[in-house]
Amino acid sequence: RTLFSIFAFQFEEDFIETKEDLEKLRNDGSLLFQQVPMVEMDGMKMVQTRAILSYIAAKHNLYGKDLKERAWIDMYVEGTTDLMGMIMYLPFQTAEVKEKNLALIIERAKNRYFPVYEKALKDHGHDYLVGNKLSWADIHLLEAILMAEECQADILSAFPLLQAFKGRISNIPTIKKFLQPGSQRKPPMDEKSVARVRAIFNF
Amino acid sequence: MSGKPKLHYINGRGRMETIRWLLAAAGVEFEEVYVETRDDLLRLQNSGVLMFQQVPMVEMDGMKLVQSRAICNYISAKHNLYGKDLKERVLYCINATSALKDHGKDFLVGNQLSRADVQLLEIILMAEEVKPDILAKFPVLQSFKARTSNIPTIKKFLQPGSPRKPPFDEKELPKVLKIFY
Repeated sequence: RTLFSIFAFQFEEDFIETKEDLEKLRNDGSLLFQQVPMVEMDGMKMVQTRAILSYIAAKHNLYGKDLKERAWIDMYVEGTTDLMGMIMYLPFQTAEVKEKNLALIIERAKNRYFPVYEKALKDHGHDYLVGNKLSWADIHLLEAILMAEECQADILSAFPLLQAFKGRISNIPTIKKFLQPGSQRKPPMDEKSVARVRAIFNF
Repeated sequence: MSGKPKLHYINGRGRMETIRWLLAAAGVEFEEVYVETRDDLLRLQNSGVLMFQQVPMVEMDGMKLVQSRAICNYISAKHNLYGKDLKERVLYCINATSALKDHGKDFLVGNQLSRADVQLLEIILMAEEVKPDILAKFPVLQSFKARTSNIPTIKKFLQPGSPRKPPFDEKELPKVLKIFY
């Protein structure tokens, strides 16, 4: 959704609210590997988050100008994917496990991931991570920063360039709009949503 | 300097094996530098060559590439294993049997060898190591397996003495645990 936001793309959402909703999609044959997310666009029923994101990024010139720039974007995106992947599961963990993982997430964010992006911005002095031009990597990093701040509000305190980066990218008009109330951006999971998701996916 | 890609990882399949498959299928010779001890890993981490302090890492084309997906993407695109346009690339997540059956061709996407075919063969062989008759109900995949295994670069990779790694030997577990934990 964040990637679509950059273009002020209109997109519709078909929410799965119950187990039956998911069964129906599966029985329809709409889900290649019986899993969501699934995005219908350009005549395709696309599945697999990374495939969907790669398609959108490449289609809209957010994937660098050549193979090497694309490699850098891929590397950066994989890092933010790993970090956000850890955060995504927190709502589903028991209190004890969650506390441990939260500490790990904060440690990794500050020691493994954010230093890489801070250094990248410092080394080339540009506004964007790759090729002096907005790319998928920048949008993904903003999303990761915002999610990490939900874990610890001052998590960027040691990263001045990332703070400036966050301000800059958040101010891109289409992204600014997505960050405002009433947009299709989803909030963190609350207990009711967790219960509903557990019921839908059976875990 | 040999100019060949240099792979940094443990001497085992793990997250590097798919990369080995792709390079082999593309006919690219490569060197391997094995992480055998925790000190080897620490040395790599301290030297700043690992972007996120993790292996796999592949030195090629003046870059130190990390993250197996990023590395596979780069190799596939560079060696034309990625489909000729965006839509073909998306189809790389396609269900193998229906894809092969539906369009009746020899390859999963676009009628030429791609990373999808290479990865599917890799998965089939790994699955057969767990359950030898796993393809019993999938005749289309059986002929896919035979055909793809006979592609010269892949056939070579499947022969003894190639860089292909054997299944994980549990005797190696203590050693691997000591490296990473």
